[in-house]
Amino acid sequence: MQQFPFLTLITFLPILGMIAVLALPNTSEKLMKYITIGVSAGQVVLAGIMWSLFNFSLPGISNESSLQFVEKFTWINIQGGSWIGTIKIDYFLGLDGLSMPMVILSAIVTLIAGISSWNIDKSVKGYFALFLLLNTGMMGVFVALDFFLFYIFWELMLLPMYFLIGIWGGKNREYAAIKFFLYTLFGSVFILLSMIALYLSTQEMYNGTKVFTFNLIAMANSANFTQDGILSMTNPSNLRLFAFILLFIGFAIKIPMFPFHTWLPDAHVEAPTPISVILAGVLLKLGGYGILRINYAIFPDITKTVFWWIALFGMINIIYGAYAAMAQKDFKKLIAYSSISHMGYVLLGMAALNTIGISGAILQMFNHGTITAMLFLIVGVIYDRAHTRGLDEFGGLATKMPIYTGFVTVAFFAAIGLPGLSGFISESFVFLGAFSQDSIRIITVISTLGILLGAGYMLWTMQRIYLGPFNERWSEFKDLDARELLMLIPLTAIIFILGVNPSLLLNMMNTSVNAMVDLINHSPMK
Amino acid sequence: MNEIQMLYFALIAMFLPLVGFVITLFTGKKLKYAYIFETTIITITFILSVILLLNKVTTFIDYRFGYALDVALVWAGNWITLPNPITGNPTIIELGIKFDNLAAIMLFVVSTVSMLVHYFSIAYMHNDPRFNRFFAYLGLFTFSMFGIVLTHNLLMMYMFWELVGLSSYLLIGFWFEKKSASDASKKAFIVNRVGDLGMFAGVMIIFLTYGTFTFDKVFAAINSGVLPFNSDFWLTVTGLLLFAGAIGKSAQFPLHVWLPDAMEGPTPVSALIHAATMVAAGVYLIARIFPMLTADALLAIAIIGALSSIIPATIAITQNDIKKVLAYSTISQLGYMVLALGVGAFNYAFFHLVTHAFFKAGLFLGSGSVIHGMHHEQDIREMGGLRKKMPITYYTFLFFTLAISGVPLTSGFLSKDGVLAGTLAFGMLTGHYLFTVIGFFVAFLTATYMFRLVILTFHGKPRNLHKYDHAHESPYLMTIPLIVLALLTTFIFYTANPIAGHSGWFLKDWVNTPQTVAPESSRFDFMISEAKTYDQQIEAGKHHVIHSEEYTHTMHTAEAISMVLSLAIGGIGILLAFSIFQWKKISLDPLPKWMVPIHRFSYNKWYFDELYDVIAVQPTLLLARFLAWFDRTIVDGVVNGVATITRAFSMVIGWIDTNIVDGLVNFSAKLADWFGYLFRKTQTGSVQTYIVYAIVSLIIAFVLLVTI
Amino acid sequence: MEVQSSIGLSHFLFISVTLFSLGLFAVVTRKNAVMILMGVELILNASMINFVAFSRFGNLGVNGHIMTLFVIVVAAAEAAIALAIVLNIYKNFTTVNVDEINSLKD
Repeated sequence: MQQFPFLTLITFLPILGMIAVLALPNTSEKLMKYITIGVSAGQVVLAGIMWSLFNFSLPGISNESSLQFVEKFTWINIQGGSWIGTIKIDYFLGLDGLSMPMVILSAIVTLIAGISSWNIDKSVKGYFALFLLLNTGMMGVFVALDFFLFYIFWELMLLPMYFLIGIWGGKNREYAAIKFFLYTLFGSVFILLSMIALYLSTQEMYNGTKVFTFNLIAMANSANFTQDGILSMTNPSNLRLFAFILLFIGFAIKIPMFPFHTWLPDAHVEAPTPISVILAGVLLKLGGYGILRINYAIFPDITKTVFWWIALFGMINIIYGAYAAMAQKDFKKLIAYSSISHMGYVLLGMAALNTIGISGAILQMFNHGTITAMLFLIVGVIYDRAHTRGLDEFGGLATKMPIYTGFVTVAFFAAIGLPGLSGFISESFVFLGAFSQDSIRIITVISTLGILLGAGYMLWTMQRIYLGPFNERWSEFKDLDARELLMLIPLTAIIFILGVNPSLLLNMMNTSVNAMVDLINHSPMK
Repeated sequence: MNEIQMLYFALIAMFLPLVGFVITLFTGKKLKYAYIFETTIITITFILSVILLLNKVTTFIDYRFGYALDVALVWAGNWITLPNPITGNPTIIELGIKFDNLAAIMLFVVSTVSMLVHYFSIAYMHNDPRFNRFFAYLGLFTFSMFGIVLTHNLLMMYMFWELVGLSSYLLIGFWFEKKSASDASKKAFIVNRVGDLGMFAGVMIIFLTYGTFTFDKVFAAINSGVLPFNSDFWLTVTGLLLFAGAIGKSAQFPLHVWLPDAMEGPTPVSALIHAATMVAAGVYLIARIFPMLTADALLAIAIIGALSSIIPATIAITQNDIKKVLAYSTISQLGYMVLALGVGAFNYAFFHLVTHAFFKAGLFLGSGSVIHGMHHEQDIREMGGLRKKMPITYYTFLFFTLAISGVPLTSGFLSKDGVLAGTLAFGMLTGHYLFTVIGFFVAFLTATYMFRLVILTFHGKPRNLHKYDHAHESPYLMTIPLIVLALLTTFIFYTANPIAGHSGWFLKDWVNTPQTVAPESSRFDFMISEAKTYDQQIEAGKHHVIHSEEYTHTMHTAEAISMVLSLAIGGIGILLAFSIFQWKKISLDPLPKWMVPIHRFSYNKWYFDELYDVIAVQPTLLLARFLAWFDRTIVDGVVNGVATITRAFSMVIGWIDTNIVDGLVNFSAKLADWFGYLFRKTQTGSVQTYIVYAIVSLIIAFVLLVTI
Repeated sequence: MEVQSSIGLSHFLFISVTLFSLGLFAVVTRKNAVMILMGVELILNASMINFVAFSRFGNLGVNGHIMTLFVIVVAAAEAAIALAIVLNIYKNFTTVNVDEINSLKD
């Protein structure tokens, strides 16, 4: 069935934008900004259309026929003769309940970040070109279902990110950019290794013969593993576990999971506000998405044996991130560490291995994307005005900037997990799910401490910056302008809507999550 | 009105304040009179609640089972449904309201106090720059509180539990420019969160075991023998974990420290949230989950209640801030309610909750009136003699004080007497007389410190003449709520007989103790009713069915004894207060030497704040700093170390490369060069040399040819 | 064939070797180009003696004589050309010292 190529369009629209931006003369900066925002807006519209066309009852995951918006063409096809065989790489895009929420999130956060990029004034052309390239990379990872293609998009993201931090960042930007780049590349190597091992272990039918494949959906079906492949189900060695761990480390760096998290505070602190928004809003989700899409779906048997460790690391992330956040003196660093803490919930929810836990984890990814994006915008607002982010340098801003403080209150309490705001549902789901899993019950109970610590550092921050006597040093401050409102209002609306009606997203992913849980439950035990 | 209409009206009453909140919040900046809108909404809610209450108690009589699924007024819908065709085991999360007598009465109490506080605040807050926002927050609070009151499931309870926490945070910190206020609001929220952690753990166990949050379904499941982890012990633990939420919200020992600090909020807030309604939510929660509490759980609850009633009472007696005294008295009275629930005197606990809501709101509003009249002076050492300046405030305040001290004709007498009788009956049945002793001792302390407060504030001579001269009676907007609350504190609203609360309609018809569903092995003996099934209970009559005959008899005896005893003890307490502070018969100035350490201990609130600072706050901050250091230095150090090692290694490789690998290459070139140099020497350019070479070569060739 | 004379082939060859060696010595050691030419003449003469000797004692026959005549002619031509070269060298280098004429090296 040939249909409108939504996914190609949503993925490569930014590339078109990038070409347009590059073609423009350096002087037409306004137009470049309009193009970038226009592209992102177009993506949001496309995501919205896809949402409306999305069939909630098709699971996807390991079943290729139930994917949606599929576009599959042979891309590279080398007849290597009898020795190598056929090397076949597909241009294979598709959506299921796992990726659909991420595509929506990515479109929304990128649009907000685009608006937030409005006051970039240093080499505008380069910035927006890279920004659009980054956009393609992120979108591509979420829609690609061929491992090779996935990997290409995965690496494609790195380059623009490196420059965006390294050129438009703060004082210590080069260090942060290099650290980010190397760290992620380090993880990519692991992914690459496992990818090749997987490629050499799975086959699917092509033109009547069995050929090795990069197809992620085919890999998720244990029947497609060759009998004697190094990662086949029947292989008695621990290679499958090893491959799982390699992939997991690769993705865990992106999440970021303790102890691979230290690139995040540096990258966040140095990155300009819109890049922080993207980093927290989308890039961290790639790790979680990768674990679900690749680790969980392709290695369900291993998942079943190691989930306790995932939960443990989730717990460490939650508690450790929260404590580390509490001691920070820089607002942005505090939010960065709170990000680490909140991504711990994602790990914990995944480790639950049941519908409610995994749904909670995906929902938490979405909610963290919106809430943390908002938190970084909030930091950006005062940094734009004060050019400092020290938590102790402010005070009583609520007096001077009541509207701003209103948004801050919403974002902070959403991060704390206040009912009625989106964070609550996802955190509760994560806890309820994880608590239902016998062997990680204790871990879950300890993790709930995160709720308390979260309230602690968030409210302390609230007090130090917004409450208390007004610091006269900042008497020049103005309340939010129209552009800032334009960024904050949609996020606030999402936070409220998902807080009251989380079913919007839960229904979307439910079938897929059920399929995933089923896949794990019915995989053979080692 | 039929059932559906009742529920719709209840829903309307619940959501109206939310509408008020949103509209007032967004228009408050532009419209000066936005508060009138909010106040009107609350008034409508109040009228609705009165209609609902009267309808409920007259037409829709509660069923004694308390958890019966088929007969309760329940409106519920699925909030989140996650179907799972594979396992056929969907996850369903319900939201809904249950409108039983408890809810109806609480709805009435909350809306009444809230409405009166709204009116009071119009006068009290009139100069505040964020005047309208204050009303918006009150609306948010009222909505959240209604949510707690009306909910029929635990998750929704938890959600609104957090929302009242938010409104409490916003209102305590309403004057956030003051550091102390922002400190207090933060402390309140975080300390509450500690309790909420426990509550959430309880909620998780409930969901894990029963797959639902709905009270009635959970109780029905427990009744049919389904227990968490299949053990009585875990049922006890679950009950206590849920109770942890109540410890936080109702400021029970050991989490009581936030409530005195919360007095940093505007006084009407203290009256509404921190005296009458929100802090009672904890008690309400215990009442809601009462059927599932085992004997062990109840005993633990009683112990917490007893400690929470006596510790603050000993602190209140030395405090000098009028609001602090009232705050500690609130904790103490809440402790009473928790104690009463723990000893199984469910209906008296709830009765005390209601009466306390009115008279404590009255006391706080009265103190607000004093503070307003004294131009924001809160220290009672600066007051005195205000009786003449503020007569209405004085007489209502006095009346509320009589109520809290348990003097007949007041509602407080009836409920407090019931609580004490409950502890006495419990002592007689189980031998735990300590609760009785503590109960009566607290009654004595309460009478003493409350009258100390009244005497120091209103009686005697003014101690600060300047402030006294400027003091004035508050406007009618403030005094009328006081009068209304005073009226609600008279016995007539609850019973016709001023000395027998248990025969009045409130306890006889309106509030019924629900049937416990805990397994028989872990119930108190006296809670095992002779009437086991629903039909038997109907036959056995409307009342006293959950308790055994033995308990009913004991309770009768206890009521008689405790009435006399509490009157005597209350009287002694009042006399003591008068003789020390009014008539100065007993001189405490200077304090006798043996009392000095006790006084200091009490005055410093048993050093709880200091203790928590040392055992909780500082270690947390220390750990945070340590982990941040650990992160920067060790974890990141490893990363940077790896980078450094890599760089060092690469330098070694680089050296090897330039000097050894490339050296070899260069060496071969050098060698060639050297040989070239060597051979060049032979090329002299002189013909004769070449000839020599040729000849020598010839000779060699010749010799070789010959020899070979 | 009866050998009556006491002077045989070996004597001729001895003379020839001596002449050749002297010529070679002159070619190798003399610095003056003209002297070298004279050395070359000596070598040619040594070869001529050999030819003649082998025609008398060996089986070259008359060919030896004919070769000798050729060599005489070639030697004369050679001497003429070589002297012309030496003259040219002298013109270019103003010397006939072969040690100084080492431009082959470059």
